Amino acid sequence: MIDLAGLDTRPAQTWGGLRLVPLVRREPIEDLRLHARVYGDEPSGVSLPDKTFYTAYVPHAFVASWTGDGTPAAAYGTQLGEPPRHMPVRFHRRMARRADENRLRFLPLHLAMEGFLALHFGGPVIAWEEWSRQAIAHGLSPRCEDAYTGAEVRGLDDALKIFEIYPGQCGLLLYAGDTLAAAFVVPHPEDYRALHPTLVRDLYGELVHEYALFYPARDFPAVIDESAVSSLADLRAQAVRQERQWAAFHDSVMAAGLLRAPGHVQEVHRLGRFTLSRFLPAFERKSENHIGETILDEDGRLAYLKTFRLSEAQTRRGHLLSTLAAHDWSLPAAAATLRTSAAELGLRLERAGFGHLLRQDVLDGYRRAARRRTSGASSPPR
Amino acid sequence: METYADLIECEDVLLFANAAITSTGQREFHSAAGEQRLSLDFLHRYIEGNYPDLYAATLALDINDHNAALIIANLLARPGQGDGELIARRLKRMSPPRVYRLFRRLRHDGVNNRRTRALIRDWLAGRPDLAFDAVKYRSALKSAVRHAHLRLPGELGDFLFAPFSRARYDTPVLEAWRRAHYDKGALYELPYTVAEGFAARHGISRTLFLERIAPKLTRLERLRLAESAGKGGLDTEADLASMPLVRLASYVLALPADTRTRRRAELVGALRAAAARVAGTRAGTWGSVAAVLDDSFSSFGSPVKRRRPLAVALACHYLLEALAGGYRGLWLSRRTDPLQTRPSGPTPLGRRILDALETRPDLLVIVSDGWDNAPPGLAGEVLRVWRRKLDPGGEVGIVHVNPVYDADHFDVRRLSPMVPTAGIRDAEDLPALVELARFAEGRTGVADLRAYLADRAAGLEAR
Repeated sequence: MIDLAGLDTRPAQTWGGLRLVPLVRREPIEDLRLHARVYGDEPSGVSLPDKTFYTAYVPHAFVASWTGDGTPAAAYGTQLGEPPRHMPVRFHRRMARRADENRLRFLPLHLAMEGFLALHFGGPVIAWEEWSRQAIAHGLSPRCEDAYTGAEVRGLDDALKIFEIYPGQCGLLLYAGDTLAAAFVVPHPEDYRALHPTLVRDLYGELVHEYALFYPARDFPAVIDESAVSSLADLRAQAVRQERQWAAFHDSVMAAGLLRAPGHVQEVHRLGRFTLSRFLPAFERKSENHIGETILDEDGRLAYLKTFRLSEAQTRRGHLLSTLAAHDWSLPAAAATLRTSAAELGLRLERAGFGHLLRQDVLDGYRRAARRRTSGASSPPR
Repeated sequence: METYADLIECEDVLLFANAAITSTGQREFHSAAGEQRLSLDFLHRYIEGNYPDLYAATLALDINDHNAALIIANLLARPGQGDGELIARRLKRMSPPRVYRLFRRLRHDGVNNRRTRALIRDWLAGRPDLAFDAVKYRSALKSAVRHAHLRLPGELGDFLFAPFSRARYDTPVLEAWRRAHYDKGALYELPYTVAEGFAARHGISRTLFLERIAPKLTRLERLRLAESAGKGGLDTEADLASMPLVRLASYVLALPADTRTRRRAELVGALRAAAARVAGTRAGTWGSVAAVLDDSFSSFGSPVKRRRPLAVALACHYLLEALAGGYRGLWLSRRTDPLQTRPSGPTPLGRRILDALETRPDLLVIVSDGWDNAPPGLAGEVLRVWRRKLDPGGEVGIVHVNPVYDADHFDVRRLSPMVPTAGIRDAEDLPALVELARFAEGRTGVADLRAYLADRAAGLEAR
């Protein structure tokens, strides 16, 4: 589903436990650009190509003065066009002063992360009797998930600072401990240049945070077979082959987890020839799971991509929720698919941190049933 | 007979020379100031402990003033080490503020043996105008005099330690300093740095002050103030062509792109003139030369050494152009106009080295910080295969000069063991470095190295 066609993989640059893989676009997409306000409140910040019609986009959680009165607000979910969905942001005094500086900035983390998850998970669609009143009325919010700002990921600030941006670079894949941590693609190199320093303010899953503490990533050094070289042209051919080999290896092995078909794609907004959609992974346990947002053009070419790597625990929770959602939030039906009983599933939900979704008396009943089964002689030994 | 120990010694000394040429203990692109200082400090202790005589002898090399001051401070702290003559000669070549800073450091460390006092005394005696120093470096001179227990001749002692005990001074510059306290006109007879303080005290406007102090500016102050004074419509008459080559390159790189275009003839003329001056009689004698010059993003250096690696590359470009019979300069970004270089993009060294080898020049010079990352290690492989398979006789001389000290490896970063790498500070040293690089190739031994150092020391004496 995610197709990196049109984007060339270039050699990675490493720093500490992090490996940064640049993606270079052969032809930049000119008619989808960062919203002009992102460059500062003056629209003149964007140097537009001759055709002045372009579609604007705003990355998720981007803070700028979207409202008429100039107070800062954050984009809620990636937006196409004039941001219709935004949340006002109330800063402390100090923060407000910093916000005046007209620099690119993202929301404080928790707000952004929770918003992101609430966007993906609605809540029960049928008011089965087991669900608590709160779950019916408010869905899963407030959902609390842990995420880390880039500043907390060890070495990320230095890695981004010393990263040498390629001419024409439109994207970056970030690896921590050689697992894909985040992917970021924008339509135009200028947008990338503007957003590159903000990656350190972005949010990353706990896996990234932990893997960045691991052993340092090693460069894959180029190796040329000298027996195949008898002239300078051969040497040049070998050098070119090196680069092609790396790109092929990266796209087929290192980024394979991202490029696999996602479990669920939801089309959110369509503007001009561009489509904004959100995707959820298949929530397979013990494999890579990325949630994220994409903007595709009418040919299905990737214009914008931003992903967030889920940790194991988050994957487990996502697995439970997506199973429930697939069965219209019916506990017995979902339990049958998971080959367990409704009571077991109820307790699993509680352990995963969703206890508040179930009615208290129902949950108590499940607990009693479980106790009876473990203490009662009638239950078969497991 | 070369022994293993000799080889190690030779390697260690070259390692130290590279570090002492490039590192200034300041922040670099890839490492912080603290890391640089820690790494450099270790290296100094290591060399001093293992090869005390060679440690002192490195003063004769073109190491930078920061390291020369460190070496001198270390030598003076251990009685009987190092050649006093060599130290004195090296001090003469350092800029006075650096020397005064060294004296301060000696005082701070409590190094006050007879040799140190004699050294300070002799150096001060050799100053052309001590009264001028007393005004310009007042507190530094005071501290040095106190430390060395000196009795200054004439009015100077009074001037430093009881300045207002006299109603007037006979030395003009001292008298100007006294009058500048209340007389606006007198401060223009003082050196710029001192006059600046008085001007602020008298509330003189910056434009007026710069206009009237202009004749008193030193060569480097003229260059430094050229832009800010130019805004007020004043020309400091900086003589670009007489500047050191790298300093001039730094100045050019600090100008905005459109200014560089507008003043193209002037800037290129100055760079060419400075390069021709450095090349001297060697101009045009080097045969065909190709250069791979690093203008990747890392050549920005750091905020404290802005664009230093790029300035070195630009200076080398013009110097090689002057030295070579036929010259080809290849920038990593594939830009063709050296005047418009700016630090950006990755470091595809391997590809550019291939481009440079295409024409089989007599000499290939690579100026880069050695962070080959597109793809990593390709430059080393290309050089290795080139030397092994395509040019086993070494017809193409290849030298890598590196302006950046890598704190983690205690050396400048190398591209390949097949190609000598030397640290570089000023483009002026390039010819000497190409010489020195022979030692790094391992073909010449430690005896030759010692002879070379002795030779350099003798040369220093002659200068």
